[in-house]
Order: sequence, then C-alpha cells, then structure tokens
Amino acid sequence: MQVLISIVSLGVFCLLAEIFNLRKLLVPITVIGLLAILGISLNLWSIDSSLDTQFSSMMTTTKFSSAFSTLFILLTIFLIAMSDDFYKDHQAKFSDFIAIKLFLLTGAIAMVSFTNLAMFFLGIEVLSISVYILAASERLNVKSNEAGMKYFLLGSFASGLILFGICLVYGATGYFDMGEIYDLSQGVGLPVWYPIGVALIIIGMLFKIAAAPFHFWAPDVYEGSPTLTTATMSTLVKVAAIATLYKLVSGFSVVLSLKVENIIVVISILSMTIGNIMALRQKNVKRMLAFSGISHAGFMLMAFLNISTAANNLLYYTFAYALAGISAFAVIIMVTKNKDNENIDNFNGLGKTSPLMVAVLTASLLSMAGIPIFSGFFAKFMLFSDTMKVGYIIVVIAGVINSIISIGYYFKLVLAMYTKDFDNNEYKPANYYTYGVVAVLSIVINIVIGIYPSLVTQLLK
Amino acid sequence: MNITTLLILLLAGAVVTLISGDKLASRVALLFSLVAFGFSLNLLFQFNQGTDISFVSNWIDNPKVAFALKADGLSMAMVLLTTALTPLIILSSFGNNFNNSKNFYALVLLMSFAMIGTFLAADGLLYYVFWELALIPIYFIALIWGNGDTDERKKAVVKFFIYTLAGSLFMLVGFAYLYSKAGSFLLADLYKLELSDNEQFWIFFAFFLAYAIKIPIIPFHTWQAKVYQKAPTVGTMLLSGIMLKMGLYSVIRWQLPIAPNAAKEYMPILIGLSIAGVVYGSIVALRQKDLKKLLAYSSLAHVGLIAAGCYTLTVDGLNGAVYQMIAHGFVIVGLFFAAEVIFRRFETRKIKELGGIRSQASGFTSMFMILVLASVALPGTYNFVGEFTVLYSLSQVNLWFALIGGTTIILGAYYMLRMFQHTMLGETNTKVFAEVSLNETIVFVVIIGFLLFFGLYPKPITDLVNPAIKEILAVINR
Repeated sequence: MQVLISIVSLGVFCLLAEIFNLRKLLVPITVIGLLAILGISLNLWSIDSSLDTQFSSMMTTTKFSSAFSTLFILLTIFLIAMSDDFYKDHQAKFSDFIAIKLFLLTGAIAMVSFTNLAMFFLGIEVLSISVYILAASERLNVKSNEAGMKYFLLGSFASGLILFGICLVYGATGYFDMGEIYDLSQGVGLPVWYPIGVALIIIGMLFKIAAAPFHFWAPDVYEGSPTLTTATMSTLVKVAAIATLYKLVSGFSVVLSLKVENIIVVISILSMTIGNIMALRQKNVKRMLAFSGISHAGFMLMAFLNISTAANNLLYYTFAYALAGISAFAVIIMVTKNKDNENIDNFNGLGKTSPLMVAVLTASLLSMAGIPIFSGFFAKFMLFSDTMKVGYIIVVIAGVINSIISIGYYFKLVLAMYTKDFDNNEYKPANYYTYGVVAVLSIVINIVIGIYPSLVTQLLK
Repeated sequence: MNITTLLILLLAGAVVTLISGDKLASRVALLFSLVAFGFSLNLLFQFNQGTDISFVSNWIDNPKVAFALKADGLSMAMVLLTTALTPLIILSSFGNNFNNSKNFYALVLLMSFAMIGTFLAADGLLYYVFWELALIPIYFIALIWGNGDTDERKKAVVKFFIYTLAGSLFMLVGFAYLYSKAGSFLLADLYKLELSDNEQFWIFFAFFLAYAIKIPIIPFHTWQAKVYQKAPTVGTMLLSGIMLKMGLYSVIRWQLPIAPNAAKEYMPILIGLSIAGVVYGSIVALRQKDLKKLLAYSSLAHVGLIAAGCYTLTVDGLNGAVYQMIAHGFVIVGLFFAAEVIFRRFETRKIKELGGIRSQASGFTSMFMILVLASVALPGTYNFVGEFTVLYSLSQVNLWFALIGGTTIILGAYYMLRMFQHTMLGETNTKVFAEVSLNETIVFVVIIGFLLFFGLYPKPITDLVNPAIKEILAVINR
C-alpha cells in the first residue's frame, strides 16, 4: 500500500509540476522518485507482510505482488526515461503524459496485489483508461485516434464482461473477497453462475492480454498508437494483465479441472500459432511485434498448465519478454522517430551506420526468439520443462514449432539491417541519448538474468 | 588450473579483439588463439599426468543446472582439434581484407569458445547453451562476410539457421523430458537413467534430428552445399572443420549412451542412411563445377562414413570415427584453404576456368596434391588410419556396408583427382598465379605435417581416445 500511495502522490506531483513550471526537471525527478519507490518495494520484500492487510483487506503485499511490482516499476522507469525525447513536440501536455504513466503503474500494481475483486476492477480500469488516453494521445494523427477509439470500445467491452463476471461471482458467493470466495469454492453447492462468472472474468482478461481468439484489436491498436505507447502496451500492460490472470485463476481454485486445462491448451496453441503465422506477413514493425506479442501470450498461458510452479515461470518469462520488448522498442523509436511509417524498409542498411543500436535490437529479437544466453531462452525452457512434467507434450511440441516459425519474422528485421542497402540517401537515425541508454540497460539486464536465471527465479522462494 | 581458464581465455580474446580495432584485430585474434592452443596442450599434459582438470559448480537451482565441464580423452581430442584449427583458420584469412574485421575475428573466437564449451560440457543444459551459442557467430559470419549474390546468400544462411535451430529445439525437448525423469541434467545422472524402449526411441529421435541436421546425414543435408559455397572461406572452414564435428561428437557423447537400445534396434537404418550420404555425396561431387561445392559434397560423403562408424556401436567404429573426425577436420580445412588460395589469384572457383597452375606454382601444386591424396585416404596419411578403422568396423557389422562405404575411396579418388587434373594441370593459364606466400605456406605445412606425422605414428591419438571410447561403450552396453 505504501508503494501505491507514493506512486499516486508522485503522479499528483507531476500534475502540479506543470503549475510551477518544472517541466525540464520532471523526468529526472520522476525517475529518482520511482527509484526510491523501487527501494521501498524491495524493502517490503524482506518482511513477509502477507498478513499485513490494511484498508479493509482490499489488498495485500505478498512476495508475488512485490516481485511483479518491482518489474512494473522498472519498466515504468524505462518508459518515462524515454518520454523526454519522445514528447519533445508535445510540451504543453508533457507533464500530463508522465502523470498518466504513473497512474497506469498504480493500476498495474493494484492489479497484482488485490485481495478484493472491487480493488481488482479499480486497478484494471485505472490501467485501461490510462492506456486509452495514451493510445489516442496524438490528437492530430488519424491513426492514433482510430487506435484509441478501437482500444476504448473493445477494452470497455472486456471491462464490461469482467464486471458482469464479478457480479455473478458475488451473486453466487456473496463476497468480493478472494479469500472467502476461495473457501466457498472448495465446498460444494455453488450455483451454476459461479463458474459462468469466473469464465467471464477470465475471458475479459484474455482480451487484455490479447490471446487468441480475443486478439483482433491488438494489431490495429499497436500500429496506430504512438510508438512509446505501443511499447507500454506490449510490455507493461501485457505483463500486468498476465500476472493478474494468474492471480485470479490461482485465487479461484488451486487445482484446475481437466476441462479448464484443455481450454488453456487450445487457447495457448491457438495464440502461438495465429500470432506467429500472421506476424510472418507483416511489413510494419509495430504490427509484427503486436502479433509476436499475441504468440508470447500463448507461451505465457502455457505456464498455467502447471499452476504450482506457474508464478515462478511467469515472473521469469515476463521479465525476459518485457525487457527485450523495451530495448527493441527503444531502438525502433529511435529509427522511426522522423519517419511517417514503421515499415521494415526503414531498417535497411542500419548495420553500417549505427552498429551498437542494431546489435541491441538484434539481441532483443534473439531473446524473444529464445536463443541462449538471452533470458528468453530460459524463459521458454522453464515453460517447456514444467509443461512436460505435467504431461502436455503436445503444447511443448507446438511451442517448439512456433519458436522455429518465429525465427522467420524476427530475422526479417535482422536481415534488413545487416544485408540490405539503403533505399535512398544515407540515413542515420536521430541520435537521442536516452533511447540508447534505455536500450542498452534493458538488454544488459536481460542478458544478466539470462546468465543467472536464479536472480529472478529465487525471488518467489 | 582447470578447463574453465581455456573458455575464459577465448571469451576474453573475443572481447579484446573487438576493442583492439580493425587494424590489429586479426593479429590479436591469432595471438589469443595461439595462446589458447598452447594452453590446451598444457591441459593435455596435465590430463595425461592424471590431474583433475574438470570443473563443477552450481549454476541454476531451479531447474537444477550445474556448470559442469569435464574432460576425458574424447573431449580433449576434440578440444585440441578446435584449438589447433582456430589459429590455422585465422592465419589463413590474412590474405583477405574484411570490412569491420574486429567484429569478424571476435565472432570467430566466440565461435571457437562456444564449440569448446560444447565439447567439454557435462551437463545437458549447459551443453545445449553452448551448442546454440555456436550457431549465432557462424550465422553472422556467413551472412555479412559471405560472397555471391546477397539474396541467394540470405536464403541459404537463413535456411541453415532455421534448420539447425529446429533440430536443436527438438533436442531441447528431449533434454526437458530427460530432466523430468532424472531430476538433473548432469551427464552422469543421465547415463544412469533406465528408460523404456519407447522412451528411448523418442529421445533418440529428438537427438537424431539435431545431429543429423548438423552433421549432416541424408535427408537433412540440403542446407549444406549452398552455405559452404556462400560463406566466406573462414566460415566454411569453421563449419566443415569443427562445427559438424560437434554433431558427430554429440552422437558419441550424448545420443548413443542415453538411448542405447534405440541405437541398437535401428542400427541398420542409421548406418544405411549414413552410407547413403556417402554414395550420394560422392556421386553429386562428380558433377560439380564449383570448387567449393565439390569440396562440400566430398565433405558430405566423408562425414557420412564417420556417422556410419559411430552407429556401428563397436570399439573400432567409435575409435575410427574419432580418428576420422580429426583427420577430416584438418584435411578439409586445408582443401578449402587451397580453394581460397586459388580464388585470391584467379577470382574464380569454376573448375572449368582453372588449369595450368602447376607450371606457375609448383610448390602450391605439390602441397595441394598431398592434401588431395590425404582426403582420398592414401596410406601414410592420418585419413587412412581413420577411414580404414571405420570401414573395418562396418565390415564387422555387415560386409555390404563396408563394400558400399568403401566406394567413398574409389569415387573420392576419381572426383578429387579429376578436380586436381582440371585445376592444376593442363595448359598454362593466361592469368598469373603467384606462388604461395609465407602465411599460406605455414598453414599448408602445418596441416600436411600433422596428417603425415600421425599417419605414420597414430599411437598418441589412439592412446588418448581409446580409454574414453571404452568407457562410453561400457555405458552403451550396460
């Protein structure tokens, strides 16, 4: 709770900073503030405060929530650090954007630390509304408007489903509190709308993580939004949603029935395959990463098949995926900042002009593809290994085949950078210092946890 | 002192090369590779003294993975092959000017690092990490510094990458399954596993995909010729000289001992496929017009025979396979280098456009001749020792295998000598062929010297490899 309150106050401070004309100092102050909050969050860890239920048991701090909060804060630091250069042309709304990102973070943290479904819904709405605003934040760009609108309509539909589901669960059990609901669900005699409610909530969350067949919004929204927002959506928002889905599923019951597991198998394989096959055909990098995100959602769903170890694997996978995503997007923003589209041709020949950035992008793509020494490899391996343990070999085989397919489109970008020549005159991407620093830092963290996976896997012990 | 130092040395070498700048890069890389070679000789000395040079430490707690490097005679032989060939390969590239040479040589050392890791790893996952890691440098080496049309090269290299990765991922699934059974990735624990025949079949099959693509065994060879042709010669040497030995080594180290029953049951098919590669490679090589492609197919034939030797599961077969791996590693590097030497002067690899080199460069011609003869296993060269042992082991299994496998020598002699005749002899070429330079001579002389010395006195290698092979066979026949 301390973490949540301090982030909100930081957000309010950002809004006030506008009045005191502190715009120039805003990013450094926010980053320092977030680092301090990261410290608080890490400090909370050592005290296992899962019994510390303040505010009428609306939320608890557990190792699970602290670990994910740490990741969220880390990602937000990266995203805010990039804002300074990204919103250069939007000086008037600059502090608003920063504040919205901070509110988004509060939503994400509320989502992983709730104990009460009301808090869960609040969290998901705070997060979603922030993202709707950010998606439509380029007011004069038609695509951005379209993205914001689409995301808002479909997102609120999903929120509606979730709310409806919560109502049904409440109707069945008489509680919003997860603990009480869990106790009741262990007994017998819950009315039929209890499972219906749970299913609706889960479907709503599948919308948010863009798993097939609820993925149709993702490519358009990713493409239309400003690139920094796309980065936010594909890393922070997706990671927060999947962690919440885990918390919900494991909260409703510890042992999943065979039927539920079969549905997960189907959705997981479907997401992986659809995402990868569609990504093969894309010319626009943001669209491509949107589809790749869909396939990663499929991989992450694989963790749910072995729910007892899922938290660990999910945490590691989300770390690997989000950090690779941040560094990839940092480079993509840098390259496409002054272009009118994000097509792959824009990356032609970059290997010669900016070798470091290209190496970083290559590394992050290799991580997403799951090549060793990058954390993406262990992330996938742990999933495969644990899924194998529970006997779902078919999912593992599908995952392996999809990993191979994914090479096809990740390498399209790599090939463009290293082997193609410039289309027109020589082009050097705008040399923004912060993008480079963010890209390098996040890929370094990615490689470090790739070499010492225990750094992350120990967190939930 | 233990074997990790060797790995650290090569990794540090890659970093230093990267920092040293384009001008110094090749020399720094050569220096590091020579130091690594000296170091590995020292390790061999220690190993022969009986000092424990292995290294085990915990790496990841969950899943339980150890950073375990262990050397026995087989690993030592492969490590020495790598460290001996790396300086030769680097030295052989001194006549080329590469753009961004610091990246190039750093990648070469990185690849050498990964391959040595693969040969030493005694933990399944660590082994897999090294195995995959070796793929990335060669991908970039072939992609960026390769020759020929960019689009075609891109296609060939991406096909190669996807093929090998696909194979490896199935091996990873195999390892994941083994882990779920054994609860550890340690080689010793995996050797102890009692798997049912059905399990063994699937594990064997998963591993087979990875190795058959890497080696390559028919019908997984389609990536090979194009990549060999399109990669820069250094890349081709690394691929054919060392990297495909990773596949063969892994058959002996991982595949056979973990799933011996499957290996025994499918032995005729496995040997049949390998020998089909021998015949196919030899016949296709007959028709090649491009020097590098011809060598690629001859390499396909030779490794087919090595693989056949591995799958005989006899002492002679495995021993012969290791001898032949070493011999083939040296001779193929020498032959590809000869092709490169010709290319440097004539700017072509088309056999038709060559000819008459003998009258201009007699020294080169005689060295090339020795290499050609070594590659067709002339008695007195180390290749003869290897090839003969393998053929002998095949005859123990079934005489027909040995007879068909023996065609490699006959057909090999035919296409290699024909190639030699067309490139070296004949009318004087109008273009000038300068005699080989000092650097080039050193590479040839070292390779030829090695092949002849051990051809006449194979005992040191035999003594090194034999005990390790016997140990592995004891596991296979447990």
